[in-house]
Amino acid sequence: MNTLFDKIWDSHVVQVVEEGPTQLYIDRLYCHEVTSPQAFDGLRRRHLQVFRPQQVFCMPDHNIMTHDQGSPELDPVGRHQVETLDKNCAEFGLTEFKKNTPENGVIHVVGPETGLSLPGMTIVCGDSHTSTHGAVGAVAFGIGTSEVEMVLASQCILQQKPKSMRITINGALQPGVTAKDVALYLMAQLSTSGATGYFVEYAGPVVENMSMEGRLTLCNLSIEMGARGGFIAPDETTFAYLKGRKYAPKGEAWDKAVAQWRQLRSGDDAVFDCELAFDGADIEPRITYGTNPGMGIAITGSVPTLDEVAESEQASFLKSLRYMGFEPGERLLGHPIDYVFLGACTNGRIEDFRAFASVVKGHKKAPNVVAWLVPGSWAVLKQIQEEGLDKQLEAAGFAIRQPGCSACLAMNDDKVPAGKYSVSTSNRNFEGRQGPGARTVLASPLVAAAAAITGRISDPREFLQA
Amino acid sequence: MKQKFDVITSSCIPLPLENVDTDQIIPARFLKATDKEGFGDNLFRDWRYNKDGSLKSDFVLNDPSYSGVILVAGKNFGSGSSREHAAWAIAGYGFRVVISSFFADIHKNNELNNFVLPVVVSEQFLSELFSSIDKDHGTQVRVDLPNQTVTNLATGHSEHFDINGYKKHCLMNGLDDVDFLVANRDKVEAFEKQRA
Repeated sequence: MNTLFDKIWDSHVVQVVEEGPTQLYIDRLYCHEVTSPQAFDGLRRRHLQVFRPQQVFCMPDHNIMTHDQGSPELDPVGRHQVETLDKNCAEFGLTEFKKNTPENGVIHVVGPETGLSLPGMTIVCGDSHTSTHGAVGAVAFGIGTSEVEMVLASQCILQQKPKSMRITINGALQPGVTAKDVALYLMAQLSTSGATGYFVEYAGPVVENMSMEGRLTLCNLSIEMGARGGFIAPDETTFAYLKGRKYAPKGEAWDKAVAQWRQLRSGDDAVFDCELAFDGADIEPRITYGTNPGMGIAITGSVPTLDEVAESEQASFLKSLRYMGFEPGERLLGHPIDYVFLGACTNGRIEDFRAFASVVKGHKKAPNVVAWLVPGSWAVLKQIQEEGLDKQLEAAGFAIRQPGCSACLAMNDDKVPAGKYSVSTSNRNFEGRQGPGARTVLASPLVAAAAAITGRISDPREFLQA
Repeated sequence: MKQKFDVITSSCIPLPLENVDTDQIIPARFLKATDKEGFGDNLFRDWRYNKDGSLKSDFVLNDPSYSGVILVAGKNFGSGSSREHAAWAIAGYGFRVVISSFFADIHKNNELNNFVLPVVVSEQFLSELFSSIDKDHGTQVRVDLPNQTVTNLATGHSEHFDINGYKKHCLMNGLDDVDFLVANRDKVEAFEKQRA
């Protein structure tokens, strides 16, 4: 009752269907090339136009190559998907940020950085990491393709109202601990299903002190503990980030909007269906050891032993360790690695590149490591260049690639080979996620950088500049 | 895919693993089609096939002693990616029902939107069902949507399952949400006017 989630949700209810779900109005729909073609086909089959084309923004990101983007995709099937999105946008009159153009990038990086995602909005996309946009104070969540078709056809979706959860993180984070570590910590505490059925509001001093980039990372990973979405009440950090962005309101309209956005807070009397609190001081830099993001440990810790795992979960646990090539009880610090991936909607923003570069400073890339540094958007790439981070990283043996989802899910040609270990700033370590047989260790940009210069799983705190 | 739903009685295919994510149901490299056809061939691709495309004999879908249109899976089925391709693969393979003690939210909606019925049962019912199937691979289960009951015919144990009245009506009558929403566009226009 009287939570921020209630306020935003309730103000978007068109009707509550008898004995059924809510018909919820959607302010913004984003589409990418993988989960939209069948929705557009559905419209054609029903002889429908897009109901509110100005509220829909499309961009290809999943398949596109991170090199030579001027050329067609190497994989003809992926190329067909990208071309199909172009064709659908032209046919239905939708705005598209085409690949290899300055506004393109990973949707969940582009939406906030262009000011398309704003406080108080409802935002959906056929992509589970749509929760990212919650960082600006929006109710944002991933949907399936049938639901994309619903929004294209009616600017609405049918949904059961989720329950509300508030996760408060008190205290402060230690040096070397990032928003990514906070998220990995929460997933390990809650498991990958602990927040299923809930919409999460993140609060408390640690969250209030986070940059927008950090908040975007935290909200991005809400789905990995099962939550429908996660968001943070907008504050001065939010307003400062959004001001002047291309699609954000300007002049008087901006002042009016900010005045309204300041009302977007959970009431002092708000009642959540579930409240959890953690202490930021308990969180260390983290890594995952298994094949779901909840299977994580502090970087100095050990893989659980079999008797630490509930009996019903032991089969999955052992299957997972077999896949990863790890033993129960093993310490992973010092374990050799082969690949490093910096990027994705989770950690592909400017602050992530700054963090990575700060650890690399004064060191060289380990010769046995293949490193893919992939900015989340062309705007991020431009800023990397303006700040000279590209030169600094190149001098250390790294190369910056072109923007896209890349090795997060390996739909393009950035695939980690079978059996190889990848320390990755992305969001999922599922079997085969980064390529068939690839072994993914999820981590922050700091941990990824420490791995890239040592060729091993390493504690980034040893490399922090004083 | 819009097969009307009523009562289904079938043997089951057991997958007693927890946290089966949609990347396992259908890996990303098989998401590249622009239609909904053929995904069933790649259902559980990397568990089901060797690299050379031959069948992995130890995977349940490749064991001829199991058959049926009901998939029985461990807790937290369908976590991870929102890809509806996972539901298309499950439906495309021929499954009509998935039974588990817990489903991930987005995937559950995706199943419903493709006329596959997700049936949530208790941990106890699920573990008993796994052991019934283990003892007799032909164990039959009856899923009765009108009465919202699921019955393990080997033990006779039955449970009620939840589904909202609207969605039940859709499944039983082959209706979908887009039809409903388009018919309600006037309400959307009224909503837009009122908030402007």
